[in-house]
Amino acid sequence: MSAARLSIDDLTAVSVRDGNRFMLRDVSLKIAIGEVHGIVGESGAGKSTIAKAILGIIPSQVKVTRGRIDFEGLDLLSLSSTALRAVLGRDIALIAQDPSTALNPARRIEAQLTDGLRLKRGLSSSEARMRAGTLLEDVQIRDPTQVLRSYPHQLSGGMRQRVLIAAAFALQPKLVIADEPTTALDVTVQKQILRLIRSLQERHGTSVLFVSHNLGVVAKICDRVSVLYMGKVMEQATTAELLTAPRHPYTKALLGATPRYDAPESGLQPIPPGLIAALRAEIAASDARPADRGSADG
Amino acid sequence: MVEVSAARPEGSQATLGDTLRPPSIRTRLLGDRKVVAAGSFLLILIVAALAAPLIAPRDPLDQNLMLATLPPAGFAGAEPGYVLGTDDLGRDVLSRLIFGTRVSLTVAFIAAGLAALLGSWLGLVAGFLGEGIDSLISRLVDVWMAFPPVLLSILLVAVLGTGLHSVITAIVVIDWTRFCRVVRTETMAQARMDYVVAARALGFSRFAILLREILPNVMPVLIALITLEMGIAVVVEAILSFVGLSVSSDTPTWGGMIAAGRQSIHQAWWVLAAPLLALFATVVAFNQLGDGLARSLDPVLRR
Repeated sequence: MSAARLSIDDLTAVSVRDGNRFMLRDVSLKIAIGEVHGIVGESGAGKSTIAKAILGIIPSQVKVTRGRIDFEGLDLLSLSSTALRAVLGRDIALIAQDPSTALNPARRIEAQLTDGLRLKRGLSSSEARMRAGTLLEDVQIRDPTQVLRSYPHQLSGGMRQRVLIAAAFALQPKLVIADEPTTALDVTVQKQILRLIRSLQERHGTSVLFVSHNLGVVAKICDRVSVLYMGKVMEQATTAELLTAPRHPYTKALLGATPRYDAPESGLQPIPPGLIAALRAEIAASDARPADRGSADG
Repeated sequence: MVEVSAARPEGSQATLGDTLRPPSIRTRLLGDRKVVAAGSFLLILIVAALAAPLIAPRDPLDQNLMLATLPPAGFAGAEPGYVLGTDDLGRDVLSRLIFGTRVSLTVAFIAAGLAALLGSWLGLVAGFLGEGIDSLISRLVDVWMAFPPVLLSILLVAVLGTGLHSVITAIVVIDWTRFCRVVRTETMAQARMDYVVAARALGFSRFAILLREILPNVMPVLIALITLEMGIAVVVEAILSFVGLSVSSDTPTWGGMIAAGRQSIHQAWWVLAAPLLALFATVVAFNQLGDGLARSLDPVLRR
């Protein structure tokens, strides 16, 4: 593995309003240059909290109590808000979850695509417009001039997601955070979008943090995967290892609960309640012994 | 391998294709009969106010006791040239009505504009920053709205003295809360949207997000509300004129005309009826226009 572009060490966060309940428990992960790292887990496992912590937009009721987020030598958690704003957009970009709300309904696509180019790259508005057209071609939109003139509500969901991807890759960031980018799309569009992210990522050597609850989606696009449960990393492995030889029982259960088109006769297995109870007990026990936390990390 | 099903051929491109193009805002507004009627009526009022000296048949202050309480055209005893008749001092009602639009519209535009500016700014800040600043502004609004508005405006004008600027000040001081509440709620709803998160992830400052991202989305509601407020301002000015707290009595106002007409209601009902109808029609027009704008400008309804 080449040098790490993003390295998260022992990231621990609690929800202050919720009696200091743990949101993240000693999460550690490294993303190499040009690598796509997936985070899978159920709702509430803390996937989005990790993404938000990197972007410095965690809600005020969540507090990071421990850990470091290192982005190419910058400690993101201790950066001033001005310094962080300089990094965001330019070096780190976000592909948001819901394409229906992630674009501003009151502004034309052109204005939204050129914002970053003009403000962060200092392009003139005509240069930015040219560049925006190219960006739309890169995400395989056939009539860029037409789309640039449109408002978001005039585009389909898949088109909007393409625009969002174009916006995220606009400044050629080093790290793209994709927060469930395909969840709101239908399955056929999903596949195209995944292929698109992968091809852009490969072309620019971008590192991607890919957050999803869908193991099938993660398997298609990621090089490495972290399986998250209750804010704790259960297992970390390459995608191939994870799919063929899962080590952790939770990963096995998760795989059993994912539809498989290559083996439809296997059916879907619910995650056994016994396993959940055992995991919860284990996590509760390790919460009580702070020194031991993180020992189960992969 | 875990597999995601695929129906489309490889490398298929996305186009606007069958995306339905909704009508533009202008098409929608011009297709709305109520909006067109209300807008035309208000346009006529604006022209009347601007060109009052040119189109008014007579001097609105010109008294002629020989021609007092003439009925409007079409009634027995009407004089040609006095379309809406004269009041008990022989002043031409139509001319007074035309000059009266000046005060009404001045108050409507300036007071509504200033109230919107003050209220929506506070609403934007409260809704976006939340927490301490929000509770401070919201409590202030709650306390402010507990005062009875008519009483408060009469009190304010009594303290500030009569005059156009006092009327405007009174309306702004009372009605900014209306804007603050609505804009705050709308801002809070917008601030939760993913596009705000996306803007933050692009490294925009809060101020930039508020102005560039949120304000354009609050604008439709705001424009509709300003229009409604103009109708309210016209009524408040008329009330203050009626009780003699607006501009001095040598400037014709609708409220002043209503007050004078009330005293001669049995001899000359038209002196009361004319400004009352004008006031009524103006307020209805502002309300209809406001509703129509709210319908047409809402980006969600436009879908």
